[in-house]
Amino acid sequence: MEKLLSIIFIYIFVENFVLQRFFGICPFLGVSRKMETAIGMSMAVVFVMTMATLVTWLLYTFVLVPFNLTYLQIVTFILVIASLVQLVEIVLRKISPTLYQGLGIFLPLITTNCAVMAVALLAVRQEFSFLESVVFAIAASIGFSLALIIMAGIRERLELAEMPDVLQGSAVTLITAGILSLAFLGFKGMLTL
Amino acid sequence: MLIIYAVAALGLLGLLFGIFLALAARFFAVDTDPMVEAVKDELPGANCGACGYAGCSSFAEAVVSGEAKTNGCIPGGDETAKAIAELLGREVSSSAQPVATVFCIGDCFKTEDKFIYDGVTDCEVAGNFIGGFKVCGYGCLGLGNCVEACLFDAIKIGEHGLPVVDVEKCTGCGLCAKACPRTIIKMLPKGENGHLVLCNSHDRGKTVSKACEVGCIACKACVKVCPEEAIVMEDNLAVIDLEKCTDCGKCVEKCPPGTIFRRNAIPTEEQALAYAAEKATESA
Repeated sequence: MEKLLSIIFIYIFVENFVLQRFFGICPFLGVSRKMETAIGMSMAVVFVMTMATLVTWLLYTFVLVPFNLTYLQIVTFILVIASLVQLVEIVLRKISPTLYQGLGIFLPLITTNCAVMAVALLAVRQEFSFLESVVFAIAASIGFSLALIIMAGIRERLELAEMPDVLQGSAVTLITAGILSLAFLGFKGMLTL
Repeated sequence: MLIIYAVAALGLLGLLFGIFLALAARFFAVDTDPMVEAVKDELPGANCGACGYAGCSSFAEAVVSGEAKTNGCIPGGDETAKAIAELLGREVSSSAQPVATVFCIGDCFKTEDKFIYDGVTDCEVAGNFIGGFKVCGYGCLGLGNCVEACLFDAIKIGEHGLPVVDVEKCTGCGLCAKACPRTIIKMLPKGENGHLVLCNSHDRGKTVSKACEVGCIACKACVKVCPEEAIVMEDNLAVIDLEKCTDCGKCVEKCPPGTIFRRNAIPTEEQALAYAAEKATESA
């Protein structure tokens, strides 16, 4: 239990996937312009990350390890994530067209989100148990969402602020991301596994 | 041997996922009307919402189901209406395309400012701050909420501090009119005929003349002179009924501040700047 709790805390704050590990920077900068889309993307990532880790862990433990094929993990994980995202898209389109329209392009974009891949790979590398892997995926995706939503909140306010021409647009976004990352550095060393 | 295992494992997995996805696609198939897609392709695709639907695709669905008219797409105009009607085999009904018109000519040379505003570049915010920086509480602040709203790059803030509508580019979607917190921009049927009182102020005459050189002072001279009775006073502002106006131009002559213009002679940016230059040489 203690290990699960520390996994949750570590991967939301201490080892935040975006701000400390620098995974998934593309969606972090790309869809953080509006709070609405940021929340949509976050929800989609939480879902896909958890599902992907669940499937890849099972596949790794019960297929790749017994057949001595662990060197194929990256290829298989890509396969799993891509099909999973496709499946989610098909199902969502049928079951909830509103959510499907709301998520829009972000759903297929998750396929290329390296954070999803990283969670799957790290879960097996850290030799987590099944439960730990799932909790790890949920925590990591919440950490991703946290970073995305904080960024969206800041950027919405920055839109209204007057600033010198040289800083406008992506320049100030990158500076903000850097300062955010520095702020999260404050959690460093609070907990280790 | 190793490579065979690897190829077999990956191939099998791929096949498995493929079959699974194919089954899922069959099982969760969503029926889409090919006609909806065809109609959607004819639309401009700006998702402006002027038709009253959430976007181009929901408008396409509404047209195909018969809920919306073929000419419902305002930016698309007659051409799109025709194309959609042909696709669906319905009769073409032509659309009167509106155009955005700015009901304020109090540019920064003809109006007074109360104070120097140095805040957020947003008309709504500026307007809520002590009633805006202009003395006139109804006039255009020129911070460009309408420009932000326009999807077609058809409106800009001129050097004289007022929005300038590019009639060629304006599709009549009305997004700028919705964006204007003071409702200065109104949508009128496209055309050159008819006169307009280009003022938005409902203040009393004395207040208006202090704030603006060209504001409607509610003197009723135009109401009295109009032979067609097309002009009425609405809350200290003269309003001309375009349907009744016969373009006789008598009101233009009578208007003391010069607020009334024919629609093809609305003051331009150049005129405003020329006026400013003239004023500057006079004071020098």
